[in-house]
Amino acid sequence: MTTSEEIKEKSPLISVKDLEKHFTDVHALNGVSVDIYRGDVVFVVGPSGSGKSTFLRCLNRLEEPTSGTILFEGINITDKKCDINKHRQKMGMVFQQFNLFPHMTVMRNLTIGPMKLQHKTKEEAESYAHELLKRVGLETRADAYPNQLSGGQKQRIAIVRALCMRPDVMLFDEPTSALDPEMVGEVLEVMRDLAEDKMTMVVVTHEMAFAKEIATKVLFMAEGQILETGEGREFFENPKTERLKTFLEKVL
Amino acid sequence: MFSAIMDFGDKLGTALFKLSYNFPNQFYLNFIKENRWKYLTDGLKVTLTVTIFAVLIGVILGFLVAIIRSTHDKTGKLTLLNWVCTVYLTVIRGTPVLVQLLIIYFVIFGSVRVDKVFVAVVAFGINSGAYVAEIIRGGIMSIDQGQFEAGRSIGFNYTQTMIYIILPQVFKNVLPALGNEFIVLLKETSVSGYIALQDLTKGGDIIRSQTYSPLLPLLAVALIYLFFVMILSKLLKILEGRLRNSDH
Ligand SMILES: Nc1ncnc2c1ncn2[C@@H]1O[C@H](COP(=O)(O)OP(=O)(O)OP(=O)(O)O)[C@@H](O)[C@H]1O
Ligand SMILES: [Mg+2]
Repeated sequence: MTTSEEIKEKSPLISVKDLEKHFTDVHALNGVSVDIYRGDVVFVVGPSGSGKSTFLRCLNRLEEPTSGTILFEGINITDKKCDINKHRQKMGMVFQQFNLFPHMTVMRNLTIGPMKLQHKTKEEAESYAHELLKRVGLETRADAYPNQLSGGQKQRIAIVRALCMRPDVMLFDEPTSALDPEMVGEVLEVMRDLAEDKMTMVVVTHEMAFAKEIATKVLFMAEGQILETGEGREFFENPKTERLKTFLEKVL
Repeated sequence: MFSAIMDFGDKLGTALFKLSYNFPNQFYLNFIKENRWKYLTDGLKVTLTVTIFAVLIGVILGFLVAIIRSTHDKTGKLTLLNWVCTVYLTVIRGTPVLVQLLIIYFVIFGSVRVDKVFVAVVAFGINSGAYVAEIIRGGIMSIDQGQFEAGRSIGFNYTQTMIYIILPQVFKNVLPALGNEFIVLLKETSVSGYIALQDLTKGGDIIRSQTYSPLLPLLAVALIYLFFVMILSKLLKILEGRLRNSDH
């Protein structure tokens, strides 16, 4: 391994410093700092309204931070001069409500990004999409439209859509919260698979058991701050702050 | 009040009686003699021309205004253009289309000789644009914010997100309303006679003034409008059905 690669390997993929976000009357993020490394599977948990979604959405600037910096692959993406669209291609995002494009087939949903933004040919884009569809067990649904799919299938397609851009990190905002209970498993299965594949992931979720199972790092947020950070299992078994103890008692 | 209704009934009865009694003569007098039917066919041509081109202008103008307005709403940019659009919408939607037509003909084009069909197209186009703008803007606003976010999160910029993700969905949603705008405009152009443009309505009215028999020419005019409106409505229904079927 060359030195520069070594540095790249060891320096954080995402480095957040003193992140603040004010909405008109809400102070949603109050000084958040955290480093996320390649291969990390970071779970963000905390009570409703604590700023988890806001934090996640600031990472790709769907939400514009009020102040603070975010370095992504060493580049300050909070700098107004940087071309955020370019960096977003490397940050896949999965939404609670799936947000598939209803007027396009599944295949078109998957290929429009690579074709329009990464100048892939139709064949290249479709063959990679097929590969990924197979991986999530949906290779037969390429010609379906989103409203012909179940919730679990939609979410798996949404994950594949993000993966088709070959991102360096995947951001998930409560990916299973809008699903019927019997469909949660199939989506978690795909995420587990990604984690095993060493995909860097940041996941906001209320699925504590799942977090405990695959997280390499867990952030506990309350009132716009990260109150406690822990390594996966340790976080859930030995909470240090009272706040986290009460929270875990309530949700576990 | 009651006697007025009775009176009206009497007059209508008499007119219809005279007509049935006299129909062949009346028909000959109003439509055949001196090729008077030509007032109707020529007028219809003018009416359709004005309507079609006015709708075209209306859609283009309305689309631009809608894009400016919703871009301003979503990004806070284009403040000056947005202000111009707001003034346009307020003025056009706040005044009668006939007044707008008269002002455009007598004031704006007052001192130049210009084709009246052109004036009518411009006037009705500008008028229609304001209504189309609000139709399309409503269509854009009705698309779930998540669609924007999904587009942006993939890496599309604002314009690309609009073109690939939002507008195709908008057009599908607003097509019926745009069709309806066409129907509305077809009927609204009937005031073109005020600038002495010989449209369908004016054509019928000219026959009336020549033959002194109002019933047949005006009835014919009404039936022709009705015919086109019903055809268009039917087409629109079919189109809506198609869109719903492909509504995936
Ligand atoms: N667009 C917005 N405008 C105004 N306030 C907002 C906006 N988005 C979020 N907030 C506020 O910011 C705070 C943090 O919201 P956020 O959605 O990040 O919480 P969360 O931890 O994701 O909660 P949940 O678990 O319910 O999803 C809340 O008080 C919320 O009301
Ligand atoms: Mg949330």
